[in-house]
Amino acid sequence: MRGSHILSAGAALLLATATAQAADTIKIGLIMPYSGIFADTSTQMDGGVKLYLQQHGDTVAGKKIEIIRRDAGGVAPDVAKRLAQELVVRDKVDILAGFVLTPNAMAASDVSAQASKPLVIMNAATSIITTKSPYSVRVSMTLPQVVTPLGEWAAKQGIKNVFTMVSDYGPGIDAEQAFQKAFKAANGEVLGSVRMPVNNPDFSPYVQKAKDSNAQSVFVFIPAGTQPAAIMKAFVDRGMTPDKVKILASGELTDDSALKNLDNSAVGVITAYHYDHSHKSALNETFVKDYRAANKGENPNLLAVGGYDGMHLIYEVIKKTGGKVDGASFIAAAKGMSWESPRGTIAIDPETRDIIQTMYIRRLESVNGKLQNVEFDKAERVKDPVKAAMSK
Amino acid sequence: MSIATPTQNPQSYLAAQERWRPVEIVFWLAALLPFVLFPDYLTLASQIAITGLFALSLDLILGYAGIVSLGHAAFFGIGAYTAGVLTKYGWGEPITGLLISAAVAALAGYLSSLVIARFRHLALIMITLGLGLLLHEIANSAHWLTGGSDGLQGMQVWPLLGMFKFDLYGYTAYTYSLIVLLIVFVMARRLIHSPFGLALRGIRENWTRMPAIGANRQAHIRKIYTIAAAMAGVAGALLAQTVGTVSLEAISFGRSADVLVMLVLGGAGRLYGGIVGAMIFMIARDQFSGIAPQYWYFWIGLLLIAVVMLLPNGVLGGLSALINRWRSRS
Repeated sequence: MRGSHILSAGAALLLATATAQAADTIKIGLIMPYSGIFADTSTQMDGGVKLYLQQHGDTVAGKKIEIIRRDAGGVAPDVAKRLAQELVVRDKVDILAGFVLTPNAMAASDVSAQASKPLVIMNAATSIITTKSPYSVRVSMTLPQVVTPLGEWAAKQGIKNVFTMVSDYGPGIDAEQAFQKAFKAANGEVLGSVRMPVNNPDFSPYVQKAKDSNAQSVFVFIPAGTQPAAIMKAFVDRGMTPDKVKILASGELTDDSALKNLDNSAVGVITAYHYDHSHKSALNETFVKDYRAANKGENPNLLAVGGYDGMHLIYEVIKKTGGKVDGASFIAAAKGMSWESPRGTIAIDPETRDIIQTMYIRRLESVNGKLQNVEFDKAERVKDPVKAAMSK
Repeated sequence: MSIATPTQNPQSYLAAQERWRPVEIVFWLAALLPFVLFPDYLTLASQIAITGLFALSLDLILGYAGIVSLGHAAFFGIGAYTAGVLTKYGWGEPITGLLISAAVAALAGYLSSLVIARFRHLALIMITLGLGLLLHEIANSAHWLTGGSDGLQGMQVWPLLGMFKFDLYGYTAYTYSLIVLLIVFVMARRLIHSPFGLALRGIRENWTRMPAIGANRQAHIRKIYTIAAAMAGVAGALLAQTVGTVSLEAISFGRSADVLVMLVLGGAGRLYGGIVGAMIFMIARDQFSGIAPQYWYFWIGLLLIAVVMLLPNGVLGGLSALINRWRSRS
């Protein structure tokens, strides 16, 4: 009656046969949300990875690089952990990489720690992730790393007080706390704060609260995508244009996906971020040109740079160790490594294995009729403030 | 699944149903095959067992008592977070953790059953959906307890029975999940083949007539809803303990919908429907997404449409129809 499913299970399982590992191949297992609502992020990140391979070939220090891609399909630590386990025990990968979302990166970190496999985080931005495995290293950013310099910068510009508005979820809360801490430490005053729903919020009542507070400036953190246009409209409707109130935000607010929906009323918004495709450097120009050519004219964003730099780190480590990629050798080689990225000079902090990079303060301007983030100030060699505070 | 013929007395009908069939014994023996044949797939096998257990719990209320639920992940999530929070705050013993999670989920199930037992059909869908979303939002805003969207961190699960650590290959995880699944399954099987189980099917078939013949409809529904919630809680706790973290996804609408799909795929109202559905869904997902990480959902969709169109009673329903036809012919 119900026996035949065993056959079907057996047949399906046989489809995937373990492949023997050649000694001169280094396998990298990429775990990203290729399907579902986060698929765009994987397109960017994988685009960066592919571009790096295209520019630098798939052989380094005599080793052939083989990439195995796995879909975590959204926020799913159970799936991500299982995929990481399977990549290690069945596909025998040497390096785990990718990771757009924090819970997935955290779950896979357990596998990295248990199996002593290096784990390269190309996006996930919560501070504590890198503490979960001694073999993990991050090439993206942490949110406090972005907003702390912004808070310090704002206070230095003579902004006396602020009203903060963030989305009510992990990253939003992190951004709120880091910004307020930095701003207060520089003698700024926080006049009020609101946490707004993550999904389909109506921003008008929150913007009204911000207006009622009469604060000189507003700090905003919301997810990139369609929300920035909605909140900017709410600001404009209540007369809180960037020329009257300083609007400060992390770069998500003026990300490329958001700029498509914004108009000139947003000119003057000030954001802090580590990368924008308009960054002026020779390396970035080639990077953007090649990325556009390979991706139907799409501009690379922070995820593409994360994927690109992650691959660069892996290549450089392999060169340095002559192909030894066990967790301890990999991390020993990665610590303190510094290189020129499309976003500027970056380095791996030897103490925390997290990234050290420049934060750019940008003003949104209309350049040749197009909105663009124009860098006009910067904070150099910024470390993750959360882990810096932990070690003190 | 056929209703007793009038000539058969109820006791002998139930006793005949209760007997273990050879194919069931083969099924459970076959569950051991992954240890020998596919040792690289034990983690997947353990997650299939856990999801199968979750689907079985939904089957008890949906397939047997006719309670439609779009928010069953609420109890899965409560179990997962209870187990997670327990281990985070110093009690990492898995088995007692499992029992405590079951108790907490059962309590939540009992409380919501007070409402559930009064409604049917569309109203039930709305209520269960609403309860599920409510709990999801609570878990999100209770950031201090659940870790919110970052997931629950810092779980230290102790070795099973103080001896077996949760290993990378998933030996412990699969053994543990399979044993728990078997124990709960035997309990569910016993329950379904009891007079109480028969009464549930009566409520499913004729909602107004059951009270007329003396069955306390609301009390029955409260009871089975509480039991199903406890089982879902066990499944959630198992997942939390074997994975070592819990995310909001454990309590999300997506998980409620997935488990419903699996149950329908395997065949609702059949004890093995949920387990078989979970097997097919998760193995297909694993294989398709291994081949095409971006586009595998397309194939899953196609598979679902094909199964629902060709086998309206699920894979098991289709199989038993085939067997019946073959039997009546010979």
